[in-house]
Amino acid sequence: MPGGYAGAMTSTPDPVPALSLRGLVKQFGSKTAVNGISLDVPQGSFYGLVGPNGAGKTTLLSLATGLLRPDAGSARVHGTDGWAQPLEAKRLMGILPDGVRLFDRLTGEQLVTYAGLLRGMDRETVQSRTRDLLAAMDLTADAGTLVVDYSAGMTKKAALASALIHAPRLLVLDEPFEAVDPVSAANIRDILTGYVRSGGTVIVSSHVMDLVQRMCDHVAVVAGGNLLAAGTVDDVRGDGSLEDRFVALVGGRTHSEGLEWLRTF
Amino acid sequence: MVAHLLRLKLLLLRNSLRRSPWQLVGIILGGLYALGLLALLLAALFVVGADPALARTAVVLAGTVTVVGWAVVPVVFSGVDLTLDPARFTTYAIPVPQLLTGLAVGGLIGIPGATTLLAVLAQALSWYRSPVALAAALLLSAVAVFTCVLASRVAVAAAVSLTGSRRFRDLTGVLLVLPLVLLGPIISAVGEGISAGASFLPRLADGLSWTPLGAVWAVPGDIAAGSYGPAAAKSVISILFLAVLAAAWRTLLLRALVRPPQAAAARRSAGAGLFARFPATPTGAVAARSLIYWLRDPRYSTSLLVMPLLVVVLVFAGRDSQAGSGLLVTLALGPLIGFLMGFSPHADVSYDNTAFALHLATGVSGRADRAGRVLACAVFAVPAVVLASVLPAVLTGHAGLAVPVLGVGLAALLAGLGLSSAVSARYTYNVPLPGENAFKTPPGSAGRSLLVQGAFSLLLFALLLPVLVPGAAAVVLQSTLWGLVTLLAGLLVGAAVLISGIRLGGRWMDARGPELLQQVSVNR
Repeated sequence: MPGGYAGAMTSTPDPVPALSLRGLVKQFGSKTAVNGISLDVPQGSFYGLVGPNGAGKTTLLSLATGLLRPDAGSARVHGTDGWAQPLEAKRLMGILPDGVRLFDRLTGEQLVTYAGLLRGMDRETVQSRTRDLLAAMDLTADAGTLVVDYSAGMTKKAALASALIHAPRLLVLDEPFEAVDPVSAANIRDILTGYVRSGGTVIVSSHVMDLVQRMCDHVAVVAGGNLLAAGTVDDVRGDGSLEDRFVALVGGRTHSEGLEWLRTF
Repeated sequence: MVAHLLRLKLLLLRNSLRRSPWQLVGIILGGLYALGLLALLLAALFVVGADPALARTAVVLAGTVTVVGWAVVPVVFSGVDLTLDPARFTTYAIPVPQLLTGLAVGGLIGIPGATTLLAVLAQALSWYRSPVALAAALLLSAVAVFTCVLASRVAVAAAVSLTGSRRFRDLTGVLLVLPLVLLGPIISAVGEGISAGASFLPRLADGLSWTPLGAVWAVPGDIAAGSYGPAAAKSVISILFLAVLAAAWRTLLLRALVRPPQAAAARRSAGAGLFARFPATPTGAVAARSLIYWLRDPRYSTSLLVMPLLVVVLVFAGRDSQAGSGLLVTLALGPLIGFLMGFSPHADVSYDNTAFALHLATGVSGRADRAGRVLACAVFAVPAVVLASVLPAVLTGHAGLAVPVLGVGLAALLAGLGLSSAVSARYTYNVPLPGENAFKTPPGSAGRSLLVQGAFSLLLFALLLPVLVPGAAAVVLQSTLWGLVTLLAGLLVGAAVLISGIRLGGRWMDARGPELLQQVSVNR
């Protein structure tokens, strides 16, 4: 699936961005995790956020989604200030955070149901959507198993299902494909591209360049808390592959000298 | 290797203190408390030491209680400091004897270990009047200390390997309660002994000194009294017991190392379960989720174990004492259970840990979050308090007192839940993580929980004064009118504190949701 949906979007006059970040700053003690990042995510885009480990991707997404309060800066979701009107902004967003626990003593079905009910949806809608989502994530057979007994990939899929249940306009997914098997990943990609085609916006963070290049139409490169590049995938990568461009931007490639002892057993 | 393990433990302790200054406060408080106890102990020892027979009785009784305490307290109440959890060493090829030694010596790092070590040494030094007894006491103090440490490790390892198998988990409650039930008769026997006169205690100490739990403590006293034969026999008993403990621990540990705890069989339950039984609102959903956790999460369900224990202890205490005070003791059951159940959700958000992010992401209102958790607890706590308040009064033939007692009990429960709602929205603790051993406590948490419980109880007591005063009047005057006043006041005060607690907690949570998530994610 090459990123080809941007064309359909450019035909409409560019409306309010789905997500608009302005000057976001977050420090942990003396360490600056996010150093004044501004970024616009157009409506209907499939946006990739890439960066090396510890680049600040998760922190940036937490600041954007209201899970972490920024030291400075703002985040607007479809024009709604996420820190001034959090409830309105959260209604528009579905979030898959990385590195947080789930209520894993619930079954998969209960977890998705819980997410729907917490959002104030009525029982019938929650029930039917839960069934659809579990089927789409290939979890129907394990709907009654406790999430704590799920594998890492199944857990990810259950969390993704709970992020989708209220039909958000913007999906913010932190490492959605980590530990997910190739078949499920392909299914999830289909769901997401279909969602984007019908006007939704997706932001995914990843450090798998290949995946981002194939799946996304826009990409932002973050390293050391700074935004190094942002734009359509074709603009950012130029002539080379996204991976080459990424390495050139981020640097830090070490050559495999040293560790000779690892080859001597 | 042993030195490595010790250094690892110190390093982990230091780093965890660096992450959370509150833990340091907890350790300092716990340390001060322990120092106070030690000072008292030293004073007592040197007063008692002048009379060898008395000293022997005191040392044997106190020593036996110490060993039992090391074995029972971690399993039932506080949990054990598993900074060096044996299961974490599964992937390292550490020779077992060294691992065991390292973990055992590591058990002395921390307040309980250090206090016990100092107390045992002080006890040994108090035999300075008889050089042979002093030498024996010093030699055996190592046996005594490691008997304590190993007793706790064996007890916890056994409890863990039992609770680790999921099928057993549902039975845990029952099986842990059974030995606790025996505490009742023991307590009443001790009570009888004390009331029968001090002559009972030396006989009790004599008996205990021949059991593995008391033998090690009796040796110096026996030597000081010149009975070398019994002293030798008791030395052998105590060393054998230590060997048995070590072997048992080794077996349990080896099993844990070879078979790390893991899901035995996936548990299943069809449909939305409790979610279908609560209203389809955010509050109802939070309530259903909380109630599922009360039932399925051992961290919650073990806290329910205290209730039957309380029933047994109070009933026995009430049965054996004189009519007047015994009645009062039994009547305290309802209010006590109300207090404990009201206190129990005060660390709810800490127990959620980062799963709380779901509440934040969905934008559920703080008030719905607070109310849902209260509702889940109330589902079983209200019937429990009603039964525990009414039944003792009726069964002891004072049905009239059921009304004021119920008033105090419900007030304690509702006001406690209100306080918990506010507290848990603002303050977080270092609690066992989801899925972790429920018997595990991070170092320093005991001191902090003492502080929190103390402050919580004081505040609750102050809030309940308008209920306690008419309640006391109703019991003393045997007045129906005062009884009704108590019940009415209890319901009013309880509801008022509950509603304001939910509102305040909800407001805090709405305003500080991201900060709260940050706080709980420090505990990983």
